[in-house]
Amino acid sequence: MSLTVLKPGLLTTVQDLGRFGYQQAGLVVSGALDPVALRTANLLVGNPETAAGLEMTLRGPRLRLAADALLALTGADLGATIGGQSVPLGRPVAVRAGTVLAFDKPTASGRAWLAVAGGVAVPSVLGSRATYLRAALGGLAGRALLVGDELPVGEWPAAARRLFDLLKPAGVGWVAARWHLAREPLARTDSSLPVRALPGPEYEQFSPASQEAFWAEPFTVTTAADRMGARLSGPLLERLATGELLSSAVTFGTVQVPAGGQPIVLLADCQTTGGYPRLAQVITADLGRLAQALPGTRLRFQPTTLAEAQALYLAQEQHLSALARAVHLKSLRL
Amino acid sequence: MTTSCPAPHFYPLGDAAVVLEFGQTIDPATHRLIQAFSQLLTQHPPPGLREVVPAFATLTVYYDPWVLRHGRGKLPYEQMVSALQNLLPAAQAAATVAAPGPLVEIPVCYGGAHGPDLELVAHHAQLFPEEVIARHAAPDYLVYMVGFAPGFPYLGGLDARLATPRRAQPRPLVPAGAVGIAGVQTGIYSLPTPGGWQLIGRTPRRLFDPARTPPSLLHAGDRLRFVPISAVEFERLHA
Repeated sequence: MSLTVLKPGLLTTVQDLGRFGYQQAGLVVSGALDPVALRTANLLVGNPETAAGLEMTLRGPRLRLAADALLALTGADLGATIGGQSVPLGRPVAVRAGTVLAFDKPTASGRAWLAVAGGVAVPSVLGSRATYLRAALGGLAGRALLVGDELPVGEWPAAARRLFDLLKPAGVGWVAARWHLAREPLARTDSSLPVRALPGPEYEQFSPASQEAFWAEPFTVTTAADRMGARLSGPLLERLATGELLSSAVTFGTVQVPAGGQPIVLLADCQTTGGYPRLAQVITADLGRLAQALPGTRLRFQPTTLAEAQALYLAQEQHLSALARAVHLKSLRL
Repeated sequence: MTTSCPAPHFYPLGDAAVVLEFGQTIDPATHRLIQAFSQLLTQHPPPGLREVVPAFATLTVYYDPWVLRHGRGKLPYEQMVSALQNLLPAAQAAATVAAPGPLVEIPVCYGGAHGPDLELVAHHAQLFPEEVIARHAAPDYLVYMVGFAPGFPYLGGLDARLATPRRAQPRPLVPAGAVGIAGVQTGIYSLPTPGGWQLIGRTPRRLFDPARTPPSLLHAGDRLRFVPISAVEFERLHA
């Protein structure tokens, strides 16, 4: 069973939740830029949330499904269609063999995730199937998808089989579940995207005016943005302390400020350590918003507290647990 | 001989990591304590621990707040800090008796096409190129940390005479294995990347190989010695 890549899309990579345990060897974590979106898509098709799926950027791929498939889409609406008909997001979709899934009617610009029952079964490298482009590691040959690639699909979990049988797509067609996520995918607006953050370890080294400007003014994502991080443009941020810092850990969501005074927000493929002052740290619950922050997006950082950030973290995990239970019950027709 | 280490300062790095900071200096005593603590946490991980990242003067502990959700009013962060504080005496005790790390020999072909900046470094140090090589290959370096890129070692112990500023214009592509000097640091590029270090040689050894166990050739705490080799030897080992 496999997916055939008829068109690769702009930047489509195999991702899971990342490669943990090797950061002390300098190996970046990688994984989906919106881990919650990928976990959600996996849960909707009865997969373990750690299964590998596809991350798509701006323009999605064109895929032929060689066998019956159960799939789910989350993230931005990149205009998925089967046979010219729009495929809805945020719910399981049962598809018969031989169907072509295309992304040719984008209504939003951003990133999206596709999960298929059984997961994308590329070999696991150091405990993960995530693609790390810079070191050509993991995923499909360590690179983005290309025309003609065949993506293996793993064995279906029992829940996926039950969901597929309940949906019963006719001969060559497809059927989407009538139920779906209560939460709408993040809507893209022209105004600025709020992102909650905590002061970083070197926050106090910045001038009071810069601290204030960081929270008060919007920052625009420049074109120097990829899976590693995004350079932002906004008010100049001035560090009062002088002298080089000793390199220390940085992670997904760290906002660091090089000497030029323009911040960089680090993303899933970021380096493990860095020597720039860490002004802020985006909270885990809002990392998915950064995934939609493509060039031109205006971000507005909002201060929060550690207590609130951890409460939001737990609420998000609770929400995902509830979703897993709900999908399981749906598959049992309860 | 043991040097007393300051008690660490704990602070959060966001909502899923805590940093232990042991001062602001690069020194072997701090390094030993961070190494000992890092090993202790790897062998006896407290509940919720995801992974640890040792650096020059910090140990960053990534954890999953979900595992620590039943804290009877204590934040997951506070519980992790308590767990780490409880382990601190054991780490301090382990640091005082820690044996030196293994010695890893890194063959290096100095100068020529593999070390295009050797002459410049020699000129800057007012030494002959052969003296630069001898001084660079003399010490046992300490791997303080591995970071920045997969397998990239931050080394301590460079002969101060060899300190040379970075290039004004970074090279667009430095090959994997290039051995360079930047200020008082010396290091080895582990992946082909752009880079501004002064390149004095190149090793044929792979610093990071995902097919190898463990994938990184070097680890924090290792000792490292550069061994000069010829261009012919380089080709033989590189093949």
